[in-house]
Formats: sequence, structure tokens, C-alpha cells
Amino acid sequence: MKFSENWLREWVNPDIATDKLVHQLTMAGLEVDGTEAAANSFSGVVVAEVQSVEKHPDADKLSVCQVSDGKETFQVVCGAPNVAAGLKVPFAKVGAILAEDFSIKKAKLRGVESNGMLCAAEELGLAEKSDGIMVLADDAPIGEDFRDYLQLDDTLIEVDLTPNRGDCLSIAGLAREVSVLNNSALNGPDFTSVKASIDETFPVELHSPEDCPRYLGRVIRNVNINASTPLWMQEKLRRSGIRSIEPAVDVTNYVMLELGQPMHAFDLDVLQGGIQVRRAARNEKLVLLDGREVELSADTLVIADHEKALAMAGVMGGEHSGVTSQTQNLFLESAFFNPLAIAGKARQYGMHTDASHRFERGVDYALAEKAIERATQLMLEILGGEAGPVIKAEENLPEAPEVSLRAERVSKILGVEVAVGDIETMLTGLGLELLEKGADSWRFRIPSWRFDIALEADLIEELARIYGYDNIPLAPISGAGALKPATETTVSLRKIRSRLNSLGYQEVINYSFVEPELEKRLAEGAGAAIALANPISSDMAVMRRNLWTGLLQTLKHNQNRQQNRVQVFESGMVFSNENGETRQQVMLGGLLWGSENPEQWGASTRNSDFYDMKGDVESILGLGNARGEFSFAVAEHPALQPGQSARILRMQQPVGWIGALKPQIQHDLDIPGKVFLFELALAGINASVTPRVTALSRYPSVRRDLAIMVDESLVFSELEGVLQEQGGEFLENIVLFDVYQGEKLEKGKKSLAIGLTFQHPSRTLNDDEINGIINSCIKALEAQFNAELR
Amino acid sequence: MENLESLTSTALQAITEAQDITELDSLRVQYLGKKGSLTEQLKSLGKLPAEDRPKAGAAINQAKQEVQEAINARKLSLEQAATSAQLQREAIDISLPGRRRQAGALHPVTRTIDRIEDIFSAAGFVTVEGPEIEDEFHNFEALNIPEHHPARAMHDTFYFGDGTLLRTHTSNVQVRTMENSEPPFRFICPGRVYRCDSDLTHTPMFHQVEGVLVDENVSFADLKGLVQNFLSAFFEADLQARFRPSYFPFTEPSAEVDVQCVSCQGEGCRVCSHSGWLEVGGCGMIHPKVLEFSNVDAEKYTGYAFGMGVDRLAMLRYEIKDLRLMFENDLRFLQQFS
Repeated sequence: MKFSENWLREWVNPDIATDKLVHQLTMAGLEVDGTEAAANSFSGVVVAEVQSVEKHPDADKLSVCQVSDGKETFQVVCGAPNVAAGLKVPFAKVGAILAEDFSIKKAKLRGVESNGMLCAAEELGLAEKSDGIMVLADDAPIGEDFRDYLQLDDTLIEVDLTPNRGDCLSIAGLAREVSVLNNSALNGPDFTSVKASIDETFPVELHSPEDCPRYLGRVIRNVNINASTPLWMQEKLRRSGIRSIEPAVDVTNYVMLELGQPMHAFDLDVLQGGIQVRRAARNEKLVLLDGREVELSADTLVIADHEKALAMAGVMGGEHSGVTSQTQNLFLESAFFNPLAIAGKARQYGMHTDASHRFERGVDYALAEKAIERATQLMLEILGGEAGPVIKAEENLPEAPEVSLRAERVSKILGVEVAVGDIETMLTGLGLELLEKGADSWRFRIPSWRFDIALEADLIEELARIYGYDNIPLAPISGAGALKPATETTVSLRKIRSRLNSLGYQEVINYSFVEPELEKRLAEGAGAAIALANPISSDMAVMRRNLWTGLLQTLKHNQNRQQNRVQVFESGMVFSNENGETRQQVMLGGLLWGSENPEQWGASTRNSDFYDMKGDVESILGLGNARGEFSFAVAEHPALQPGQSARILRMQQPVGWIGALKPQIQHDLDIPGKVFLFELALAGINASVTPRVTALSRYPSVRRDLAIMVDESLVFSELEGVLQEQGGEFLENIVLFDVYQGEKLEKGKKSLAIGLTFQHPSRTLNDDEINGIINSCIKALEAQFNAELR
Repeated sequence: MENLESLTSTALQAITEAQDITELDSLRVQYLGKKGSLTEQLKSLGKLPAEDRPKAGAAINQAKQEVQEAINARKLSLEQAATSAQLQREAIDISLPGRRRQAGALHPVTRTIDRIEDIFSAAGFVTVEGPEIEDEFHNFEALNIPEHHPARAMHDTFYFGDGTLLRTHTSNVQVRTMENSEPPFRFICPGRVYRCDSDLTHTPMFHQVEGVLVDENVSFADLKGLVQNFLSAFFEADLQARFRPSYFPFTEPSAEVDVQCVSCQGEGCRVCSHSGWLEVGGCGMIHPKVLEFSNVDAEKYTGYAFGMGVDRLAMLRYEIKDLRLMFENDLRFLQQFS
């Protein structure tokens, strides 16, 4: 909400400068977003009267005016179409400064001398755009400095109010706060209730008193359709960011800003029968003031007459029943709508209005009558006419809650002792009524404008705010409690990340929602993708089922920026829907593309391959000291190249994937060279085994090497399994130290060179034992794989 | 004896000219070996008269020793030359860059979360986690944000249309942690959060860290102390924190937390829009209704909660000026965090 400091000071005028006031508001929870001057910093402009206007002898569009400042008369050439004798206008005298580089000098316009300038509102920074010179009120005092006349030395303060403080969406509400903060007197505007001069009423029925417990109306007949809004009111509206429209509407807006009561004025002559406040009928239609037709839902509260809906209650009036420049008879509305009945309605129809903003936060339910009196008084002053009596329809009015407060609780929650007397002063200053006072406790009645106080905690918050957060001390951190175990039963994500960093993987963070087409091509498994109902864009529309979509996007981004190797990983959640259940789990994914090493003189520049990535994955799997529980099984994945992909298992349970991106996808993404990917389910791999050391043998180990030829289709792990089995309990280690395929071999064969190391814990193994084992290994390999010793 | 002298001088000459250890060794055999020419001289002593033998023997031994010493000296010199030749041969250009496998780095957000965890774990806070696709109850209702509450409109929530949504804050973990165990509580929950908003200063996904402490006799003064302490620890600087009253449905009293500008120490500069302060998070005493939703006795226990924007903290700490860099994953950006 934007307001004028001068207007606030009419209500409460503490002896503090603007910057202090601004700071005070912010520190009381009414955050000031910014301030601006109410007008440009011009000088030398006075109120003047145009005494005569004659046509310029040599220019069609110019007039030659005689202008008086009360002491002297000046000849001024003016180009505005609306200049006329008798008008009071802002007059920039010779020497006036309108802007830094714009001062008024004596001049000749087409041969006629001009001593000054008649100003348009735009030129003074008082309007975005003007059609002619600014016309002042008839009673504007001639000769007065224009800045003083309109009190333009004013600051506009924008407060960004939190949703609980609907009570501060008015000058009255802000003034109440400022008054308590400074212990300054609060003075509202003086006005008296308007006595009815006609008897006319108009029937009002509350059909949904839960939603609208109070509806006040008033008939005003025979208003002057030629009246215009006085400049002082236009200025106050302008400084609050509201455009002046026409007098009846301006008055309702003015009262809303002044007191906080949104109001509405109907054209009485189009209303049929009477007012009914009711829920909308199914599919009922309403054309709103902004010209839009909406189809109402049945939970929408409307103001209707006996024929149809006229307005969306608390949100916006209808086009059909609104006042126009031709309206002579008015029906004024001042109502209390239950915040729950209005909350979310404007948004439901894609709107946000000053009225809905206030009603959904809560408008003082005791304010309606005061507001309608104030509005009537202003209407009659400005528009004339005759007012009927106030019509009241009331049912189920809210009751003011009573809330207790314990002194002990205040110090417990705030950590500071607040003096008992101060507690009472602060809370009663905010309008709370002290009902009962105990030894260390109080009971208060909550004022009708506070919708955010219902509990003791709410009262303590008010005290903290007024007492000042800055005055609450900083307490040192208290005991941390028992020591916590540094667990070794799981491998921390931090440790995994650190290992991946050491292996050369750069961590990245991609969005969790991704482009649906690519996501679909890369996904595997039974789960369906989960789509957002309101995505921010079509390329961020579904939740990722694996991390690869983002990693490939990362690759593309960097490849487009001349990177020749990309080695990245990400950890984060993936999401899927499995049989109606949302599944979300933390995954670890990696991507490897480009040369094995950064370009350098002393290392290979070959491209990375499957085994580079597999080695990295094995390193991660080894972190939990249970490498032996993991295995890689030949398997196919929609995103991976058959023959270069494997499912990763732990104790035969799937925990991840590794492989080369399918060539077709790689081609479609326009990626040169092979891409390798892995993904591991964190929960599947992070169980860790605490090391338990076995004794070291003091006896020598024996190594024997075998070179064998097998079919090239044979999977090494099968062969390794047989060796493991045949090698017996003293086989310490199997190392594959060469794989050869080529000219020296029969076609379709490969040669494997394998080293076997044996060691006994308590004695030296002899040659016969070793030879026996080796022979049984060879026999088994021959029998099972048709292997030949080379 | 003339024979001995010429023999000796020939030997010494040959030794001096020997070019390697092998040649030197064959000279040793030639002169001093069992059948070496000097050794042979000793054998011929028998032919001399007895009275001449001692003198002649001494001369021969003298010559042998002389030759042996010459061999030793020459050997040493050859070995030294060989060593120095090897050193010269093996000298390398140590200015060539070392062989390297480029190490990766953590993303600045992760790096920041790690630091935050370290700081809080020293004060006994454990790290907990929770779901990112959340139900309305845990994201809103249990945090005292009923349907149609104006605060919901401020959250710009991503929905899935089946009653679930992407969590708009990490506060859902607060509820889940408290409803599943018994106080006292002392934990933080870092993680991704989502809001349907994207412009120069907002990304639709960002990171928060939420912290909770619930115990008997926890006050707003304790909260202020902790937050101040954290900010000094995080920025490794004596920066003052400021607490501005604000409103969050799940805390009361609530405060926005500002820290003195890390760039100008509160003097006012471009980074802080000349205010001297930077907003880094929100905090407050946990609302009694929230404690009750989580089955915590709000009379016996009080507690505080605070939430901070991790991305914002990272940007301030590492002087990241452009938010877009955060999730573009440009390696030129990320590799600056090695």
C-alpha cells in the first residue's frame, strides 16, 4: 500500500523526520518498500488567475493570456486548448525552475512577449499525461506558492504489508500503529453523521449471513452529474496510487483509503426490487466493471437484485449496475464480508482488486456504519443530493475474541522481562480492551479490526513488535547434548561426492523438471513420469525419472561452448508414479564424454570409454568396503547401447545402470563421439561394512600366470567365477593383465592373460599343491568354456 | 731392475689411458693378476742372490702398490665420470607441467550446504531430509497455512493436480521430523524447493536450509543469538544481524533476517542497494499450532525455526552476480570452485 506522509500526519504527527518514521514502520513489521517525492522538485510556481484570453495574431493554436498573481499581471502565451478566462491555474513565473535543465525565461513566441508559463499537471510531475493546463479549484488562493497550496512537499511511502495486517491497509490503521509506537495522540477527521433528508430506503436481504453478516446501504437521490472531484481528493488518491475516475467512485475509494472500508456505489435506477446477498446460482453469468464476462461458481458470493447478480461481493462491481457520468440516483454499499467467503475468489477468476485484497485479509466488522456516514458526508459535499436513512441488514455478527496472557509466558517466549505496566500500555494502545487483571496475568478483548489475534502467542508477538526486536538480547547457544555417533554403517553422500571429484567429475545441479520428450526416451522401468499441472514452460514440464536428461543438457551446453571433455555428476531426487504411488528417491548420476585427459604433453589423448567409467563406478562402489557384493550384469536399457550397457546389482538386487548412450539418441542430440552414463540409487549402494582386519600371513605368496584362448563372446566374469571356485581357499587374488584379439589368433577367439596369487596363512604352500590347483583350474576352463592353454 | 721400472711406467701409462672399468680391470689382471707381469717378477726373485732378494722384493712390492693405487684412483675417476654422465643424461625440464587428471569440484550450492552443516553440527544440529513432492497437509496445513490463506498465494506453488505439489519450502521436513519423534529437537534440513516464478532474481527451483530447535525454555533471545552466531561463522566476519518483524503463518513472533552488507560492511553500496543490509532469511518462534499439529506439547516445549536461502548465501559469499549462472552448469563457472 502506498500512502502520503502528509495524510498520515493529519491523523498522527509524531516529532520525527521522514527517515526515522520509515525505519520505525519497518522495524514494527510494516515493511517500507520505498519512498518517493509526491511531485517533481520545481520552484517558482504560484496559484494565478487567468484574467483574459485572446487569440495569438500569428498562430492558430496559441493564445495570449493576461494572468494575475494577485499583485501583478503578466502576459503569457499559452498553447493549451483548455485555457479560459476565470480559471485558477499553476503559473510558473520567469525564473521558475521546473526541472534541472528547464527554467522559465522571458521569451517571444511568434513575436509576442511571454512572461512565464501556465503549467500542465504532467509538467509538474503530478500526472503521467495531461491534455491541457491544470485547472485548480475556484477557491484556490491567488498568489500562494503552488507547492504550499497542494502540500507537494510530501513523501509517498510504499509499505509492503504482510497478509496478517489487513488492519493497516488504511490511513486510520497506519496512524493507529504510529500513535502507539510514538505515544502520540491520534486525531481522526472531524465529521458528523448525515441526517436523512428523505425517507427512501431499499430492501436488503441476507441470504447467506455466514458469508455476509452485515450489509449497510443508503439511497442518495438527485446528485449533480456535472460535479467534479475536488483537487485535494484527486491529489490524495493520486498519492495513494489510485486514478481519479468520477466523483462517486472517487469518494468510495477515498473512504477505503482513509478508513479501510471498501465500498461500492450502484446506479439505483437500474436495480430491480431489492438487494439480495447470496451465493451465485450454477452457471450464473456476470459482466464485471472491467467489461469481462465471468461464469460464476456456486461458492461465489454475489450482490444481486431480484433479477440477477449485480456484483461479485467484495471483489468487483458489475458493468450493468455501476455508476456512470449520467447516474443521478445512487445506492451506496458498505458491508462486512467474512474473509473466508472472499479468500481466493479474486484469484479464482484471475483478478486482484483493492477490495478483494482487503476483504480476504479482514476488514473491521464494526466499521461499515462509520464508513457509510463518512462517504455520505463527502458525497453530499461534492455531488449534492439528498440522502435517505442508513439501511441495516445484520445477522450472525462475529464476536470479539477474548485472549488471556501470562507474564511468565512473555518472558519464556521472548527471553526478556517486559515490565508489567508496559505490557498493558502497549496492548491497550493497539486497541485491546483490558477486561481482567490478575496477579501475573490479563484478559483482553480483541478489537474488531484485528483478525490476526486469537491466541496468547499472538499477543506476545504484538508485544515483541512494539517493545522492539532490537531490544531483545542475544543469548549464547546452550548445551548441544550428547555426542552423536560418526556412523560407518552408511557411506555419506559427502564422501561419495568427494571421491567423484577426485576421479575428475565436476558436480552440477540441474532442474528437477525437464523436457518431456527427451525424458521419455531416456527413462527405464515401470514408473510413469509425473507431469506438472502448471509448468513454468514446456521444456520444464515433467519430473525427471533419472538424472540423465539434465546431464545431457549440461553436456550440450558445454559442448556448445567449445569444451572438448565433459565429466560431470549430479546427486538428487528422481520421481515416478508406480501404480498410483509417488516414488521419489535420491540418485547419483554421472556422464563422461570426450578425451580421457585434459589436453597435455605427457598423457594419452584417447577418448574415454566404457571401462574408464566402469573403473570410476567401481571406485564408488568400493567406498562401503563391500565391493564383492556388487556385480555388473549384461542388460538392456532404452537409453543405452546394447552390448555396451550393464545393470549394476548388489546381492543380486538392481541398484543402477552403466553404459554408452544409444547411438540414435546421441545422433539426434547432435553429440559427436560416444557418451557414457551411470546412475546409482544412493540407498542401494551406501550401506557400508566397517572394516574388520584379518591377520597378515608371514609366509610367501605364490603367483602363477595363465594365458588361455577362449571364444570372444565369453564374458570374463563367468570365467573368473570358475577360477574363484577352483582356486580354493588360499587363492588370494585374480588379476586379468592382458586381453588380446587379433591376427595372431584364430578368428572369433580372444586370449586372456590371468595371474593367480596364492597364500596360506600359516605355512608355505608347496609346488605340488599349487600345481594341483592350477591343473584343476585349467581342466574346468577346458570343460566349461572350451578354453585352450596357450 | 730396469725391467721393473719400464714395466711399471708402461702400466701406469696404460692405467691413465684406460677408458672404462672393463679395460681397467683387464689391466689389473695383466699386471697384478696371478699371472700378471708384476706378479711374475716376484716369482723371478729366486734367481737372485739371497742378499739381493730383500731389496729387489721390496722394489717389486713397491711397484705393485703403486700400480694398484693408480688403478684405484683411475677407477674412482671413471666411476665419477659415469655418474655425472648419467645425471646429465637423465636431466629433465622440470618446468614442464605435471601429468594431471583434472579433479572436479562441488557445485557452490553444495559447497555452501556442506559449510552450513559443519557450522550447525558443531552446535549439535543433525541433518534431516524429506520428500520434494509433498502433500498439501505437510507443506501448508500443518504449518498453519489453511486453504485460501493469502500466504498461499505468495508461494507460487507447482501442483500436480492430484493433491500433491512440489514443496515450496523445506519446512515440510520440520513437520515430518517432529511428528515422527519426541522432543527435544535440534536439526537442520537443507534441500531443493520450488516456486513457479522465473526472472532475473528468481529461479523456479532453489535451495533452502531450515533449522529447528525445540526444547524446554527456548526463547526468541536464543534464536537471535544463534542466527547472529551463524552469520558471523558463515561469512567469517564480524557482521551484525538485524531482525525485522514479519509474518510467517508457522512462526510467531516472526522476523526477517538481514545481515550487514558483506560487500561494504554496512556502509551502503550497489550490492545492498545502498541500504547497508542484505536479506538472507526468515525466522521465528514456532507457532503453537504447528507444535500441536506435530503432537508436541506447546505448553511444555517452545522452539524456534529459521530458514535461509542457500543460493543467496552462496551468491553473497562467492560474489556471484548473475543468478542464471547457478543452474546453467557452465564448466567455466563451476571449475572456479576447485
